[in-house]
Formats: sequence, C-alpha cells, structure tokens
Amino acid sequence: MAEITLLESIRTGLDEMMAIDDRVFVFGEDVGKRGGVFRVTEGLYEKYGPMRIIDSPLAESVIVGACIGASVNDTLPVAEIQFADFIHPSFNQIVSEAARIRYRSNGDWSVPMVIRAPYGGGIHGALYHSQSIEAIFCHIPGLKVVAPATPYDAKGLLKASIEDPDPVLFLEHKKCYRLIKGPIPEEDYRLPIGKADVKRSGSDLTVIAYGLMMHYSLEAAKQLEQEGIDAEIIDLRTLRPLDVDAILASVTKTSKVLIVHEDNLTGGLGGEISAIISEHAFEHLDGPIRRVCGPDVPAMPYAKTLEEVFLPSVEQITDAMRELAAY
Amino acid sequence: MPTEIKMPQLGESVVEGTIGKWLKQPGDKVDEYEALLEVMTDKVDSEVPAPSAGVLREILVPEGETVSVGTLIAILDSADESQAVVQETTTVQEVGGNNTSSRPTNRSTTVGAPPISPVVARLVAEHNLEVSQISGTGQGGRVTKQDVLKFISQQAQLVKQPEPVAEPTPPNPVAPPPVTPAPVAPVSPAAPVPTITELPEDAELVPISPMRRIIAEHMVRSRSIAPHVTTVAEVDLSKIVAHRSRYKADFERQNVKLTFTPYFVQASVAALQAAPVLNGTYSDEGIVLNHRINMGIAVALDEGLIVPVVRDADEKNLLGLSRAVNDLSDRARTRRLKPDETQGGTFTISNHGVSGSLFATPIINQPQSGILGVGAIQKRAVVITQDGVDAIAIRPMCYISLTFDHRITDGAMADTFLMTIKNYLETYAGE
Repeated sequence: MAEITLLESIRTGLDEMMAIDDRVFVFGEDVGKRGGVFRVTEGLYEKYGPMRIIDSPLAESVIVGACIGASVNDTLPVAEIQFADFIHPSFNQIVSEAARIRYRSNGDWSVPMVIRAPYGGGIHGALYHSQSIEAIFCHIPGLKVVAPATPYDAKGLLKASIEDPDPVLFLEHKKCYRLIKGPIPEEDYRLPIGKADVKRSGSDLTVIAYGLMMHYSLEAAKQLEQEGIDAEIIDLRTLRPLDVDAILASVTKTSKVLIVHEDNLTGGLGGEISAIISEHAFEHLDGPIRRVCGPDVPAMPYAKTLEEVFLPSVEQITDAMRELAAY
Repeated sequence: MPTEIKMPQLGESVVEGTIGKWLKQPGDKVDEYEALLEVMTDKVDSEVPAPSAGVLREILVPEGETVSVGTLIAILDSADESQAVVQETTTVQEVGGNNTSSRPTNRSTTVGAPPISPVVARLVAEHNLEVSQISGTGQGGRVTKQDVLKFISQQAQLVKQPEPVAEPTPPNPVAPPPVTPAPVAPVSPAAPVPTITELPEDAELVPISPMRRIIAEHMVRSRSIAPHVTTVAEVDLSKIVAHRSRYKADFERQNVKLTFTPYFVQASVAALQAAPVLNGTYSDEGIVLNHRINMGIAVALDEGLIVPVVRDADEKNLLGLSRAVNDLSDRARTRRLKPDETQGGTFTISNHGVSGSLFATPIINQPQSGILGVGAIQKRAVVITQDGVDAIAIRPMCYISLTFDHRITDGAMADTFLMTIKNYLETYAGE
C-alpha cells in the first residue's frame, strides 16, 4: 500500500469523488488556479475546470451560504474555509441555516454539504491561523463534526461526509497535513461517521483524543510502555456524534480516563466526554477523569517558545498518564 | 505528608494480623518508637512502634479485626507536619478568569484514608469483601481496581478450611416472598453454605449474583421447613386447545396474546375454591386462610427466576387474566417489575412445560402452601370411551403436579384440588 500524507489523502479523496459524481464541486478562497493555500486542491482545477473548482470572494458567509443554496438544488458542495479561524463570519449560515433546514422543513429538505476547515496550531500561525473551533460547533444539533487524524481515516471519512445527506464540518489539522503519513489501500472505501477507532489497545488506562493530540498520545503511550504502563488510545475521529459505545467500552475495561485536546479546557469536548462517562460508567471508574487541554488563553501566541507552552506536549500527556496509572 | 501505619509482617509466613489493642487514641501524641498498638497473629503477639514522633490522626482498623499484611491501619501526623496540613488547607486559591493554574489535581490527598473509587466500591460489594482486607498499591495506599481483582483471584486459589455449618435459619412462615426484582442487599456471609475446600485446576469460581443467592437461600429454607409431597394427574386439553384456537384471533384484535397459562390460572382458582386450605399458610399459631386469591406465575430469566403475582385472580375473566399474565411476564423478563408486584402471592403456578419438561416437583414458594407444576402439552394416543365403546384417540395431553405442604393438609385434599383442575379443563366451556 502506498504511504501518503494526510493532505494527499484529502486531495485524492476529493479527486475520486469528483470523478465518480459530477454533482460534487469545490467552492473556496484560492482553491482554483492556486490549488488552495495548503495545495489541497492542487491539480483539480486543471482536471475539472472552473465550473467545479470555483474561487470564491473573501467572504466566508458567501462560501457557506451559496453552498447551502446549491446543495438544495441537487449538488454536493465541498466548501473550503481557508483557515478554521475564518469560519466565524459564516457561523450564522452554518448554525441557523445549514444545521436546521432538515428540521425546519420537517425532513423535506436537507443540506448535503461538507465544510472543510484546516484547524489547530503548532505551525507558527499565531492568533489568526491556529484556532481550534470544534467545541463551538459540536454544540450544534443538526451538524456533524469530523476530525480525522490519519490519511486512511481522512480519505474514508471525507468520502462518507460528501455522501452524507446532512452538513458535515470536516476538520483537518494543519500540523498533521504533511507530518502524518500512512498507508492507503488502492481500492475505494468509506469509513462510517460516528465511529471511534482504538488506535492502540491497552489495559491500564484509556486516553481519548483526536487530531494532532491523538498522535501525541500515541507517542506518550509508546514511551510509557517501557515503564510497564499499558495505555489504550481511542481516536474519536468523529466529534459529533460521539461514539459513546466505544468510549464506554474502553472505560469499562480500563477504569481510568485521560482526555486530551488542543482546544482550550473550559467548555471543551473533554467536559462532555467526562460527563457521559460519569453518567453511564460511574461504577467502572477507578480514578478521577483527567484532562490535558489547551489553556484558557484567548489565542495561540506567535512566539515559538510561547506556542510550545500553549500546545499540550507529549511530555505533559506522559506525565498525566503516569500519574493516572499510579492513582 | 502524613505517615501511614500499615499492618506489619510479623514473621515470614504470616499473611495477616489481628489488631489486639490500640495503645494510643486519635489525638494522642506519640514519640518515635513508642508502642502504638498490639498486634496478634496465630504465631506471636507484638507491639508496633510509631515510625516517627507525631500525633495519631486516625485509626482505620478497630480492635479485634483481622487484616492482611500491608493494610493501612492508621494515619500519623508527624510532629512538624501536623501544622503543615493546616497551612496547606488555608492557602488562598488564586482566582482568575483562566483555568490554567496548577490546581491540585487531587484535593483529598491530605485528608483521612485514601478514597475508595466507584469501581472498587462496586467490586467489593459484589464479592462481599471489605476494602480493609485488601492491600492498596495506588496513590497514598489507595486500593485500586487491579488490587481488588488480584485479591479476588488469590482468594479463589486459596485453600480454605471448611467452616462449621451454621444453624439453619429458623422457620418464618409469614415472611414475605424473598424473590424480588429490586437490587438486593448482599446476604450475610454466615449463610449455611459449605466453603470450597479446593478449586480444581480445570474449574473456575463464578461470583454468585444477589438474585442467585436469594433463590438458593429460599429453596433451602422452603425445603427445610415444609415437608413437600407431590401428586400428579394427567389432563386432556382438547377443550382448551379448541377454545384457544377459536378465540386467539379475537384476543389478538384486542392486542392480547392468548396463551395456555390463563386457563391454568382459572382452573387453579376453581381448585383453590374447592380446597381453600391450599390458599393458606401454616403457622404455629394456626392456619392463615387467605380470602383473596393472588396467583404467582413463575417466570424464567437468564439469571434466575422471578414470581410476579396476579392479584385477585378470581375476579378476572380470561381476557383480564391474559392481559395481566402477559404484562407481568413481559416486565419480569425486562426487569421492570415493581417490588410489590412479586409480593403477596397465595399460590404459585410453575409452567415448566414451556421448556419441554413432562412433569416436575417444584419447591413451594414460601410462605405459600402449594405450587402447581404444568408439564408440556403433547399429543398422545389415549383410550377414550364413547357411547360405551372404547377407542384409541389422539389427544393433547398434559401432566399436572401439585406439590403441597404436608403440614397443612393431606393427600386426599390435594387430590381434590388436582381433580378439580382436571375436570375444569376437560369440561371447559368458556365463560
């Protein structure tokens, strides 16, 4: 199997979907001739032309709003928000329109749209190019939020997202784009939305993570293996709806849980996961549910040293895991 | 940090010790090496000295209790640290808008015995253990889930001396039926059950669920207080089968599945009216004759069995009985019965035939006096006499058995009961 980067897996996923279904089109800033600022759509303009790889104005509310309109007219739009940091102008379109049309029309209409958004930091992107916005959108009923961490998961989930009859916010971690490589099968495949994946099986404690932090947690687990600590790593892959069964199955097994996310602590996904666990698996807990998260600071700073402090590190995760295992 | 006092190992082969006497009480000052307590083992009695000077904060294991080596038995505040503790708790937390501060992750580290986690609490309750029996390897000597699991597997391996069998529980004929759907409190360890002397290598020890334990106790008790006698009859169910197939669709239209059970309830009601003593309870003060007929219906569950009660069965017609039986057995299987729905039964029907059994001798559901066993309905060749001519006919036949308490009545009355059922079912004409 060929090893490709996360970025390439998204590009090939898009390419393959556009090839088999001419209802699929891409709409976003600089996605056309330039191939997107991260080069995700590179080569697609040449292949599919300006009617299917469409450059948008610098107006995110237009990107999402136009895609909603197109999606109720028998197309499958893939909107690209250049950086998740810029998604906020389209908040109203996503939350009040896209996520609610099925409900509002009593099931007569739906918005089969994907909104791709590169998120997260660690790339020296500073305040406007590093945000994690998942918790805000995970609060919205009617919206699905997907955040794959590996090329295999990204490609399979992107295809499933494009085919999904409802709006999906598809989050791509910027630092993972070229850092993470993995094998991809030749054949066509899909991965179901709403299913987590056990990336490492273990018995002593469970670490629940996604995106870049999933890779950091895997690294931490590898280090702790030498100390005799056997951690299970759950990659959520989909943040809404959460795979409650997978979470509870792992907690029942290990009885100790650490939740790791780069998004800041308060009101983050970790709180929701923690609540689910204490509601449904309280009698299986053998320790407090712990979180390692980004700090409640307004934004990722620019200075490299401060950026490092902001981003949860492998070391921090290792320490928290060690402490929890000893609890 | 407080100093933990643990049960010391007082000899190479000693695995546990009994607290003989606490020589110091909580709040007492102790010097280093001063005797804190006396410990008794099967080999020696000895004093345990304080590892450092300080104040005895808390005694965790009372006198007379036996715990395994390494168990936390007391906590001592070292002389200079008893103040440090106070200081720590009065430190003002910096309050800011952000949650970035180094908030202590475990607020209970400085207070009392290590906390018991939910999973540990559940495991010790399920296995009828005391946390103090188990030595903890977690933070601050906390007993972890793994410690409990290890302890349980060690216990299972352990070769135990058989304990003397305790006195059987005295008969208590007016006690409520003990099989209840609600979670049940763990049964006292003094139950008259022999302990396992040795677990064979190719066997495993499966923990007993609370329901299983209750059933076991109830069966032993019922057998020990009531002399059981069983009498059997055979019933031709042609009339019932015909009636049922005629009315099944009718009932279905009213959303009721018509089974054979309500017919047996009706027949049992008629039989209890003919032999009312079987609707009673034997006691030393006299026979309690129940005027209401509350029919228990035994329902098999994966993990045991339960007996919901159809109240005032004599006041219901076939439709009402069907509804009640279906509702109760459905809810019994999904564990949604209310506690009082299994209580107050005056007689029980065990429909063991549903699982293929021809006839059985069920155990009486105390404090009742009889239980009807209904066997499988099978087509059999039987000799019938029609217009004075004998002939062999194929008929749906069924064995029914009445197991009764011989203290309350005798065989003749029991047979009256069975014959009433037989006649009722064989001449059934509907309502």
